Amino acid sequence: MSVFGKDEAAIGKYAASVPVPEFDTTSFNEPKPLNRARVAIVTTAALHREGGDGFELGDSDFHYETLPRSARDLALGHHSVNFDRGGFAADINVVYPIDRLEEMAENGTIGGVADHHYSFAGNQSETVSEIRLDSGPLCAKAMLAEGVDVVLLTGT
Amino acid sequence: MKVPRALHTRFPVGLSLGKPRDKEFQDEVLQAAFDLLAEPEGPVIKEFPVSISATGGEPLLCPLPPRLNTELHPAVDEAQALRAAYDRAYEKNQRTSIGMQISPDQVPEALGRFVRIVEGEPWDDVGFPAGSMYGTVHDIRCYYEELACQLADGPITPWATEEWFYDHTEAGQIILKARRTMRDEEVDQSIWFGLAPAGRQ
Repeated sequence: MSVFGKDEAAIGKYAASVPVPEFDTTSFNEPKPLNRARVAIVTTAALHREGGDGFELGDSDFHYETLPRSARDLALGHHSVNFDRGGFAADINVVYPIDRLEEMAENGTIGGVADHHYSFAGNQSETVSEIRLDSGPLCAKAMLAEGVDVVLLTGT
Repeated sequence: MKVPRALHTRFPVGLSLGKPRDKEFQDEVLQAAFDLLAEPEGPVIKEFPVSISATGGEPLLCPLPPRLNTELHPAVDEAQALRAAYDRAYEKNQRTSIGMQISPDQVPEALGRFVRIVEGEPWDDVGFPAGSMYGTVHDIRCYYEELACQLADGPITPWATEEWFYDHTEAGQIILKARRTMRDEEVDQSIWFGLAPAGRQ
């Protein structure tokens, strides 16, 4: 019997069975040039500050965490035993590429790094109603208020 | 779903940017994602040209300490001997994912409880509060995986730390033995199944 997390066929089959909402239209705009854009990260790795409450087990914790730009004391809230945490243990950027963005801002590839970044748990409800109707718009509002132009979504 | 702009990457779970400690590769992934901003209309999905397999990577080369105290069970002795490596990892990274159930100080004692299960004591007599065993193993595994990344030579490939932990450490071995013991004693599956990835025996 193969270990689930390493079995790409099993993961593909599982992913194909996960319900996703269908949208009639695509929200699409053309951002300002990247070298003038302020970039924020939104991750589904359930990252949280060490010592904080973090995320609950199960699929009923829909809140998000706000991560200050300078924070590196981050814990991975992805608690599943079938999840490979080794990459994150070695390098935070493989999930949350905050240092890469800082370097890109320094060399002029991007205009700047947002002061705040955001983390959700990936295990949302089947309808994803909570993130669509509540936490998602709230997070977007916070980014707009800060003047974020581009959002980099990193799924786990 | 008609996502506006998406870069499809064939990387194992947990590796959004593909390769830990590979700045150049991570930059290539980010640049490919940012290139999508130039697309005039969406939805647009592009495939990143490099894929990474979850299996077949280089194994973790991580030395384990010799026995220090032969009066202790090897798993407990090992965990104590590795504490300095864990502390160095924490000092370097200033972060840990331990804390779901126990602290680093409690790792050796927690392993001692699994030893007692293997030696025949009922699981609910060895001091695990109800529902705490899953989080305890999460924290033990984090302790080992975080220090392993500090000690190891070479790249950290997909699942290498998990394989090192369960296949090569005394801690991983005693947890697997305790899991099998509880399974054979027909303990409720919800207690022991999540102590190792599905598919491990």
